[in-house]
Amino acid sequence: MSKPEAVKEPSMDMQKAMIARNYEAITSKHETGRKVSSTFVPGNLNELLMCFDIVNNLPEINAIQAGMRKASGGYIMEAEKSGHSEDVCTYVKADIGQMSKGNIAPNGKPYPNPDVLMLSYTGCYTFMKWFELLREEYKCPTLMLHVPYEGDGHSTQNMRDYIVKQLKEVVIPGLEQVSGVKFDIDRLRQYLAASAKAEDNLVWCLEQGKKKPSPIDAYFGGVYYIGPIFTAFRGTEDAVTYYEMLRKEVQSRIDNHQGPLTPEGTYFNDQKYRLVVEGPPNWTNFREFWKMFYDEGAIVVASSYTKVGGLYDKGFRHDPANPLESLADYCLGCYTNRNLPTRVDLLADYVNEYEADGLLINSIKSCNSFSAGQLMIMKEVERRTGKPGAFIETDLVDPRYFSAANVKNRLESYFQMIEQKRRGGGSAKSAA
Amino acid sequence: MSGKNKTVADIVAVCQEMFEDLQFNYARKWKAAKPGRKVIGFLPVYSPLEMIHAAGCLPLGIFGGGDQMEVIHGDAYYQSYICRIPRSTIELGVTGRLDFVDGMIFPFVCDVIRNLSGMWKLTFPNVWSKFFDTPQNYIPSIGGTYYEQELKELKEGLENLTGRKITDEDIKASIRLYNENRRLVREVYAFRAKEPWKAPTSEVYLLMRAGLMMDVAEHNQMLLDYLAAAKAEDRPKRDNVRIAIYGSFCEQPPLNLIKSIEMAGCYVVEDDYALNNRFLMVDVPTDGDPLAALSNTYIENSVETSCKYVPDGKVKGEYHVAQVKACGAEGVIYATPSFCDPALLDRPMICGKLSAEGIPYIAFKYAENSGQMQPIREQAGTFADSIKLWS
Repeated sequence: MSKPEAVKEPSMDMQKAMIARNYEAITSKHETGRKVSSTFVPGNLNELLMCFDIVNNLPEINAIQAGMRKASGGYIMEAEKSGHSEDVCTYVKADIGQMSKGNIAPNGKPYPNPDVLMLSYTGCYTFMKWFELLREEYKCPTLMLHVPYEGDGHSTQNMRDYIVKQLKEVVIPGLEQVSGVKFDIDRLRQYLAASAKAEDNLVWCLEQGKKKPSPIDAYFGGVYYIGPIFTAFRGTEDAVTYYEMLRKEVQSRIDNHQGPLTPEGTYFNDQKYRLVVEGPPNWTNFREFWKMFYDEGAIVVASSYTKVGGLYDKGFRHDPANPLESLADYCLGCYTNRNLPTRVDLLADYVNEYEADGLLINSIKSCNSFSAGQLMIMKEVERRTGKPGAFIETDLVDPRYFSAANVKNRLESYFQMIEQKRRGGGSAKSAA
Repeated sequence: MSGKNKTVADIVAVCQEMFEDLQFNYARKWKAAKPGRKVIGFLPVYSPLEMIHAAGCLPLGIFGGGDQMEVIHGDAYYQSYICRIPRSTIELGVTGRLDFVDGMIFPFVCDVIRNLSGMWKLTFPNVWSKFFDTPQNYIPSIGGTYYEQELKELKEGLENLTGRKITDEDIKASIRLYNENRRLVREVYAFRAKEPWKAPTSEVYLLMRAGLMMDVAEHNQMLLDYLAAAKAEDRPKRDNVRIAIYGSFCEQPPLNLIKSIEMAGCYVVEDDYALNNRFLMVDVPTDGDPLAALSNTYIENSVETSCKYVPDGKVKGEYHVAQVKACGAEGVIYATPSFCDPALLDRPMICGKLSAEGIPYIAFKYAENSGQMQPIREQAGTFADSIKLWS
């Protein structure tokens, strides 16, 4: 029996239409003559690509789409058959395996080869190898933007200058050559101004997780909220409109004392547990995973995954007055480009500021950028906040690593632990 | 340790003792010998050791715990799908084996070592630690300029730690010693490639590992002694095949794995083990600005390895092919640690290039504490036989 169609809000429908239009733009490049780039979510330079009329295709998002459509497992096995290790990132293998299976986009049309690989290398080592692998396949120009890691917990002027120099001397001339369009910095300023508007509204929405009941789910709902800004739409008027619409929806739920809408069409009002979640979600069993939370009354009030494509809630906005420097600061500040002590600070702050019951880590087998060190993160956040932490393990898009029974057991144990902590502490109240 | 008439066995015994000593007594004694001395640990793959030396400190290579140390605490820090070197390094730290180490440098290798730098800051807040991010842009005016400034910041960090200024002359003097070290290391490698029966890799490896834990001048003498002793020694030449090993640049295999490959009928004539001492392929100039010299040499003359981006896709893997040809290897063993993103993501590209050049290869995975060598011996032996029969 097939699952009932998920119930969606207008903003979700709008986003779906935006994504569909982008896939159409990508797959029709031979008819329209538009150039297509492949690039990544963290360190995404969407506004810059728009200055060259380049359509933005994101292999991570394509892998997620394949995961949600239950196609990624076959793609991954295909890649493994061709020599890719079982140990490495499953986004990469889903992408590579998909190529050997016809490379069909969600709209049913084949993905065209990209005209440029925009390797914005931010916060994840695998990105570099991923595009070295794709470069062998597509034989197109690859523009590398190396974003240094904030190892000491902050960026430096040297890092910023290095990124700006690469933008000026490598990336922009490269995009000019690929597209045949001359760079216009005023056009970039205009897009960045639109980005900042959308970012204001995204931050407002995410911060409503502080309310009780929370009108948002900052993880399962959060992946929808971040969609346009993290992908091919930051800097567009569509994104500005989307975030205005999202804000109105969240405001309406606040006015009505409602929680977020679940895929089953009910408002999640009976919120027993408030969680902060670290790590990306599992995509192959996304709805099943989400259901495990709302069935138990667990709402996610803040998450680190919604910061992976930009940490806007700590004040950063794209700045039309300093366009290239602003892109550099954006890249440097993405979540996985922050060092572990900074990540601990951030998560402990979220637990406190969002009055959460604790930190749950969804540790992803094939994502070392997130996962290496998460057990220490959990212990540190527990120590600093006095709130219990929990650890579950899944994968991004490899269905072999999603064990529903294990995850459910651990979640149930965690919720019992929170209950015990409340009883033991004597002061904690029901979240809702 | 320096002196004439040292035999290979004498030299290798000293190296083996240092290799097995997870209390790092050499470095402890070095530090205790003069008040104010400091020891700086560094992880694979590349750190500019000249900077540490110029600061008057001892660079101490930390390559995990090998197969002799039981990891008890370290496993509580990492999930099962993370490689072994970070967990045994944490084990070394939390069990007090590194309690004399004043600073740690975590060079860019991968996300795991990168994140370990933050874990070190959290676990040992009183130890100076530095994530050292080398450039992935190899245009001198862009990546080179960035790197030069990073070297300046590294210098300032070391100056703050030691309380003494590092002059250009200090750095140049250190560069001279390390140039000498690199020349001698290359000489040992060339000797091994020429007469591998006289310099088995199980010995050369220990010689190189020990060198990354001792004073460089002392190691230079040791390399000279080894070359003299190995050349003088009469050892039988066997009917082995000549192979190169790649993929082992970070977490190191157990010594028994190297021995097993040799016992299976392979002479290892090229490898990327403990790469720090060969990372720069030419002498670093000692005229002009020493930081610019270190930066330019890194940008223009460093090895190709998986933690470096290769800007031109057409030449990806050509370095490996050229090395294989230069040392006369008949095949490649691509041996990688389990869960090693850099080596495993690179494997299809490097092995693809080898295939295109008609160079036979096999690939397998290991961990620093791998214990079962029979499958390795069988694989390597079959590989050696196949080369003898069919190549």
